[in-house]
Amino acid sequence: MSLLTATRDWIDDRFPLTKMWEDHLSKYYAPKNFNFWYYFGSLALLVFVLQIVTGIFLTMNYKPDASLAFASVEYIMRDVDWGWLIRYMHSTGASLFFVVVYLHMFRGLMYGSYRKPRELVWLMGMFIYLALMAEAFMGYLLPWGQMSYWGAQVIISLFGAIPYIGESLALWVRGDFVIADATLNRFFAFHVIMVPFILAALVVMHIIALHEVGSNNPDGIEIKKNKDKNGIPLDGIPFHPYYSVKDIVGVAVFLMVFSAILFFAPEMGGWFLEKDNFIPADPLKTPQHIVPLWYFTPFYAILRAVPDKFLGVVAMGGAIAVLFVLPWLDRSPVKSIRYKSVIFKVALAIFVVSFVVLGWLGTQPATPVFTNLARLFSVLYFAFFLLMPFYSVMGKTKPVPERVTYHAH
Amino acid sequence: MRLLLSLLTLLPALVLASGGEQLMHADNNLSDSDSLKRGAKIFVDNCLSCHSASFMRFSRMGQDLGISDKELLSDYMHGNDKVGSPMNTAVDKAAVATFFGVVPPDLSVVARSRGVDWLYTYLLSFYVDNSTNTGMNNLVFKDVGMPHVLWEQQGLQKAVFKTEKDADGNEHPVFEKFEPVNAKGLSQTELDKKAENYQTTVRDLVNFLAYLGEPIKTYRQALGVKILIFLAIFFVFAYLLKKEYWKDI
Amino acid sequence: MNKDGANLSRRRFLTAATTVVGAVGTAFVGVPFIASMQPSAKAQAAGSAVEVDISKLEVGQRMTVEWRGKPIWIVRRDDAMLADLKTLDVKLRDPASQVAEQQPAYTQNPHRSIKAEYAVLIGICTHLGCSPSYVQKTDTHNLGNDWKGGFFCPCHGSRFDLAGRVFQSVPAPTNLVIPPHKYLSDTKILVGVDQGEA
Repeated sequence: MSLLTATRDWIDDRFPLTKMWEDHLSKYYAPKNFNFWYYFGSLALLVFVLQIVTGIFLTMNYKPDASLAFASVEYIMRDVDWGWLIRYMHSTGASLFFVVVYLHMFRGLMYGSYRKPRELVWLMGMFIYLALMAEAFMGYLLPWGQMSYWGAQVIISLFGAIPYIGESLALWVRGDFVIADATLNRFFAFHVIMVPFILAALVVMHIIALHEVGSNNPDGIEIKKNKDKNGIPLDGIPFHPYYSVKDIVGVAVFLMVFSAILFFAPEMGGWFLEKDNFIPADPLKTPQHIVPLWYFTPFYAILRAVPDKFLGVVAMGGAIAVLFVLPWLDRSPVKSIRYKSVIFKVALAIFVVSFVVLGWLGTQPATPVFTNLARLFSVLYFAFFLLMPFYSVMGKTKPVPERVTYHAH
Repeated sequence: MRLLLSLLTLLPALVLASGGEQLMHADNNLSDSDSLKRGAKIFVDNCLSCHSASFMRFSRMGQDLGISDKELLSDYMHGNDKVGSPMNTAVDKAAVATFFGVVPPDLSVVARSRGVDWLYTYLLSFYVDNSTNTGMNNLVFKDVGMPHVLWEQQGLQKAVFKTEKDADGNEHPVFEKFEPVNAKGLSQTELDKKAENYQTTVRDLVNFLAYLGEPIKTYRQALGVKILIFLAIFFVFAYLLKKEYWKDI
Repeated sequence: MNKDGANLSRRRFLTAATTVVGAVGTAFVGVPFIASMQPSAKAQAAGSAVEVDISKLEVGQRMTVEWRGKPIWIVRRDDAMLADLKTLDVKLRDPASQVAEQQPAYTQNPHRSIKAEYAVLIGICTHLGCSPSYVQKTDTHNLGNDWKGGFFCPCHGSRFDLAGRVFQSVPAPTNLVIPPHKYLSDTKILVGVDQGEA
């Protein structure tokens, strides 16, 4: 025991180990009223680590070469011991990463976690989301199947819509006149080195910023306003052990869902691994339906809803960009949806429906009916954000309690 | 809001309206090793001459399906390959391409891109059509370059179309049924028997193709059960631990 | 927050149980990752047995074939060379091939081979993995006048005789390895499969 403490003291004299442990875990006071929605932050971190580890092992056998890539994935699936497990972990993890992140973002949206003083937490989170989309997009090219190829072809062609520089920019991104070996090779470099680095840095910043201001909670109350004589928030509990043991329960449930998909439905009916991606990329033949992966479909639907190439790209970019300014759009006197006006609640409900329906429409062929539907829901999507400065101050909010709502079980 | 709701109720109807062609159900069973073995034999005898399955090794198939190396060499591998070699074609693919117009695709993962039901339907849906090069056409793959390799086992059939008018008053031929060709001298019972045998043959073949698409599948599912049980145990401990600690709060 | 309700022994037990189950789970997840670095089915297929035709091999000649990516030497020795082997015993580290891992049991004999005439060796120096050169008695060399022919490793100067036995006072610790092999006929050797195995 004394040897352990001596070692710890020796390290502490040279590196703030105990201090970091206390600042971020054992003396980081989180509100005690976290609910179901608060599992997804730690789960996102777990998936991130899983993706990094499985990704490293995949690169040991994957070949970023247009003539070898497709076969090397099947080589991993068949010839490498347990390669199939590692590959399915990575492909399932990719989709579940977005599931977890979307739920995490929705939590922030519901409880006003983006409001002052947490604007930077939200912004850094948005940059993580952006980096994650880039990571997923580039990673999806690597299996070099038909969907990989044509999906990338379509998305990179979007750059061509930018006036004046567009075509040369698209050419530069591809490094060839179409998606080709050069594109695959550079996407591999970005996917395995550059973007993961950026993601890791952003995740650290996101957590540091959060721990600086403290976590929000379902009541949207600042727990630091009520402190005891030692300066500890009355409604706060140390993250470790209380939330660490709670998050482990979340991890167990998550891993069960993860395993259920991985072992029994790794293709998830074509949503996680698309059928056409089991056909090697063929630059001369486009598949009948090109569908982006499900986590991009809401934005894809918005893109298709606009009958002009450039404006479509602007709308799609705007749909993501508008999320960045969210902290400055919401002017409601309260943070949490629990105490917001009915108007706000309805607006949020419409937004959720719009997002889900757009996501579904993005997977469907662009028939006239669907296009009109996509237009309607795109308008609703934008209206939620752009009208927020107005409707967020309308209607009657409920009184916010002094202390968090918590009932011991 | 009401508009929203009415639109939402409309959505399922739209989905149904956009449904595609009807496929038959393959009803294959990956745990039926006899069927897989028969399918493997049909595959190496009929398909492997033009189509490769180059991501698959003979030895892996042997291990998974319980075929010894000796049997593999004598019955399944036409040539003096090593059992560890991939299932490549005996002939030059480019030569085949000049004959049929297309390079026969590799079949390693065809069951994952097409689906077993499509493959099953496809192999049952060749019909006589003198307008094509092969003299055959296919209901689910129009003007397919591949000849009907198993025609002797199925017997020839012709497709009967009926004419239907769509909502705009345009006439379209719509497939009604298949009828056997040159089946004189065979009683209905014999025809039914032959059809049934052929369906079994195709089911075995498709079953093998499904195995070929993902050889690990049955093991994967068996392992998944164990993993889920393990995680459930972990969950119980973690949950009780959380409950215990949260008594403090 | 108060810890009055805490049942400390229960708390300790549950912490230990969760930790143990979690650690076992993590270890089990680790296994596939470690196993994935083993030779793949492709590597194993490429490493399967190799058939060698030795009908054209002349006396004193060495031929090299590849098995599992390693050079396999087959040297044809005549009676004079075999007689020389005996004279070298005193200069060798392991003249009787007593280090069992260096050869299959059926080649643990004075000439280290199934048939005295043919030596089959893995041409990798047992020191640090270089491939030694074949230096015949009649070649020009500076290995001394008593050199009866054998193998000389250019990397660190290890020497082996025509049966792959290592000399004393060289860096290599053991004799050259003999791969599992068997005769399919008088002129055909199968490298990679032990004598008596199918």
